[in-house]
Amino acid sequence: MDDTRFLPRQALQTLLDALHRQGYRTLGPVVQDAVVQYLDIDSIDRLPSGWTDDQAPGRYRLSRVDSPRCFAWATGAQALKPHLFHAREVLWNTRRDDAGKLVFGEQEPDVRRLAVIGVRACDLAALELQDRHFLHAIKDPYYGAKRQGLFVVAVHCAYSADTCFCASTGDGPRATHGFDLALSELDDGYLVETGSDRGRAIATQLPLQSATSTQVHEAAAAITEAANRQFRQLPSTHLRDVLFDRLQHPRWEEVAARCLACGNCTSVCPTCFCHAEHDDAALGGSTSQHLREWDSCFSEGHAYLHGFNVRPDTHQRYRQWMTHKLGSWHDQYGRSGCVGCGRCITWCPVGIDITEEANAICTADVPQGESP
Amino acid sequence: MGKPSIAVHKFSSCDGCQLAFLNAGEELLNLAELVDIKHFLEAGVADEYAHVDIAFVEGSISTTDELTRIQRVRACSRYVVTLGACATAGGLQALRNLDGSNTEWKHAIYAHPGFIHTLDQAEPVSAHIKVDFELWGCPVNGRQVLAAVQQLLFGVAPLEQRDKVCMECKRQHASCVMVTAGRPCLGPVTRTGCGALCPRFGRDCYACFGPAGNANTAALSRRLEGLGLTPADVARRFLFINNHAPSFNEAGKKHYRQGFSDD
Amino acid sequence: MNPYLPREAEIVARTEESPNTFSLHLHLTDGAPYSFAPGQFNMLYLYGSGEVPISIVSGSAEDGVLVHTIRALGRITNGLAKLQVGDRIGLRGPYGRGWPMRAAEDHDLIVVTGGLGCAPAVSIIHHVLTHRERYGNLSILQGVKHTDDLIWREQYDTWASLPGVQVLLAADVAAPGWPGHVGLVTALFDQLSLRTDRTIAMLCGPEMMMRAAAHDLHERGLAADAIHLSMERNMQCAVGHCGHCQMGGHFVCRDGPVFAWPQVRELLGVRGF
Ligand code: SF4
Ligand code: SF4
Ligand code: SF4
Ligand code: SF4
Ligand code: FES
Repeated sequence: MDDTRFLPRQALQTLLDALHRQGYRTLGPVVQDAVVQYLDIDSIDRLPSGWTDDQAPGRYRLSRVDSPRCFAWATGAQALKPHLFHAREVLWNTRRDDAGKLVFGEQEPDVRRLAVIGVRACDLAALELQDRHFLHAIKDPYYGAKRQGLFVVAVHCAYSADTCFCASTGDGPRATHGFDLALSELDDGYLVETGSDRGRAIATQLPLQSATSTQVHEAAAAITEAANRQFRQLPSTHLRDVLFDRLQHPRWEEVAARCLACGNCTSVCPTCFCHAEHDDAALGGSTSQHLREWDSCFSEGHAYLHGFNVRPDTHQRYRQWMTHKLGSWHDQYGRSGCVGCGRCITWCPVGIDITEEANAICTADVPQGESP
Repeated sequence: MGKPSIAVHKFSSCDGCQLAFLNAGEELLNLAELVDIKHFLEAGVADEYAHVDIAFVEGSISTTDELTRIQRVRACSRYVVTLGACATAGGLQALRNLDGSNTEWKHAIYAHPGFIHTLDQAEPVSAHIKVDFELWGCPVNGRQVLAAVQQLLFGVAPLEQRDKVCMECKRQHASCVMVTAGRPCLGPVTRTGCGALCPRFGRDCYACFGPAGNANTAALSRRLEGLGLTPADVARRFLFINNHAPSFNEAGKKHYRQGFSDD
Repeated sequence: MNPYLPREAEIVARTEESPNTFSLHLHLTDGAPYSFAPGQFNMLYLYGSGEVPISIVSGSAEDGVLVHTIRALGRITNGLAKLQVGDRIGLRGPYGRGWPMRAAEDHDLIVVTGGLGCAPAVSIIHHVLTHRERYGNLSILQGVKHTDDLIWREQYDTWASLPGVQVLLAADVAAPGWPGHVGLVTALFDQLSLRTDRTIAMLCGPEMMMRAAAHDLHERGLAADAIHLSMERNMQCAVGHCGHCQMGGHFVCRDGPVFAWPQVRELLGVRGF
């Protein structure tokens, strides 16, 4: 970290200003409706200075702490997903003329450049996974356009919530790559690292000072401390075969008795990509829009197939979620689909904990003598 | 071929769902261009048993007279679509089915109970005739009604929405009131269609769109009790607008104690 | 390029195959080139209502007409059932991996189908008959629940009369006068003279049938990777993005719908995947 520099607390505004000069729309964490959310900010005064979060299965509360820090909370309800893969968006539209001819029109992708401040290590790992999904062989033009213009200002975590387990998935709490700039927050300011040419170009416009070795050590110790604070963990980072060997485990039925099949877990999960498509025709029938919207393997339409449903029961849906997230993701993208952000635990209305379920299922012996 | 014809019928209800049509404003005028409205008392058109392509029915079937009328409506309509919670699930008035004391109530309330020809139960339209499509909600939402009308005009079944309100709540980026504030939200067992209206305004969903598919009312009841609701409170959450819908009815009755004696 | 955007297609002919099955013969109105491989599918768009994945039954697109056989089961397919010649729809495709027709050259082919007239299998047959000299013997084994479910009956008779083509039929429930076998389609394997080292099997139909058939053929000496099957899942985007067609780690729309048996063996017929 030779290029680590120090930026005094109030000078963070110069970062927003520099980004604006480059034509970026800037998003940063803001407390709204009792949750930290990434919203448009022009001034650092909107940052959640003195707020921290208290998270537990099915529970999220913000509280005040006596500190000037703006990043003393762990995670909000959403990572970057809603800004790149919109919850609902139009893909194309059609017109039908009086002769019955159809004319298809493309929906132009949104190419505005977006800079997000306060991105966590787990969010970055999830971003990389969504990149692999939406930008592999066939590129999604909507995700692609937004991704191309994205400028990431990461913040290393100096605090973990009780639901965080990024240390066990290897994705945090330090952001190691995929950012343009990365910040470590200290009481009187920020250590700034650069991670790309774009980041270095912005950094030259900031009133950076040289960082002391005390500051560098303090920041590193805080990250280690955040990792040590975590007590949840998955049994291993590679559970593919372990899970697919246990498809008949009684725990699937047992968790289904608690699970609401509500899809909150998949909606907040920063790596889940499932979406449904449907049409919205204008009254009169002369035009129609074709949209996509977030879907979930917990929803009824997800596995609907020509007159029957592949996954009618909740235990099959929970099993799809976990075997995909922690299992078949390895087949698709070479790693687990879980980055340890803990959101599915916090935002599950009944507090189902993926680490607890995975441990219960994966540590059991393989039941013998059954066939699926 | 002429314009498709529609009728809007009222049974035991508050008229709120018909207002979803009347409040559609400009879209209603567009609709009037597209279809021939044969019967819609609220809009001043009356020809009750004219043959129509689509009949919208608001209200539950609660009286002997309504029973005869709904059968005649079925006979003169190609498609019958229920409009709202009363027609689809019996509505609030089906609460009287709960304790089976219809006759006693009648005598207690009315001076001349002999004039009141109520059936023993207030029931959804589908308990008496074949229904082609059901629109839930109390009241229904105008967009949802017009989208269904357009699909029917195309000759295609409307898109059925059985997902939970939570799905839409997250798409709308509303803060979960259960997780952030411990409110007793029924979104996880309720079908979407309202656009997650209540959570978007910081209040808990009270299930006016009825039960979603795979509604795990037992798990949600346990959670509601964990949030401090008494069994009577839990019963009231389920035995409300859609109290006669089987999964809510069953969940409510588990917690229902005669007379809510703990109040 | 927007991978989601359909092209306009006109219905140039329509044939009734059974009371609820029909074929739409489609012509792309933009005149731009289109080619596909047997076993691939298109997304057909019913104006204002939505899309459905439908496999192509034609042997090739040479005459500019693409035939899609559709069973009216859901809201979109029931809507498509009402369309007439001259009506326009949207079409995008072709998608997915088709049958290994190149690798199957110089081999005998066994096509095993079950259920109601299996469209992906018909494209194989059309292809083989068009390029007859490239392939060995063709055995077509069709199983149905009830004899009344058999569609394309005349076609089967025509195929059966061709040299080097064998057609074997089986029905769980048979009406009087049924020429075929009564029972499971796999029972027909006894009637095949298998040259196991130069035969390729292609299966299509209910997963349980394919599972049983694959095991049986393998036991009779066919190599596991000489058995191919066509999977059906909920396809919405058809390009590996929407996640609906997942079967374990496979995106059936992109990695399939045709798979070699070893690729899908683990989850084939496992309820919930
Ligand atoms: S599975 Fe849960 S903890 Fe893992 S990335 Fe998704 S939301 Fe975060
Ligand atoms: S299948 Fe389920 S777990 Fe996998 S991406 Fe889709 S919603 Fe997420
Ligand atoms: S695990 Fe929790 S959040 Fe996910 S579907 Fe079940 S109840 Fe909903
Ligand atoms: S507020 Fe209610 S509807 Fe919204 S996610 Fe929470 S429980 Fe579901
Ligand atoms: S159909 Fe969308 S991923 Fe396969």
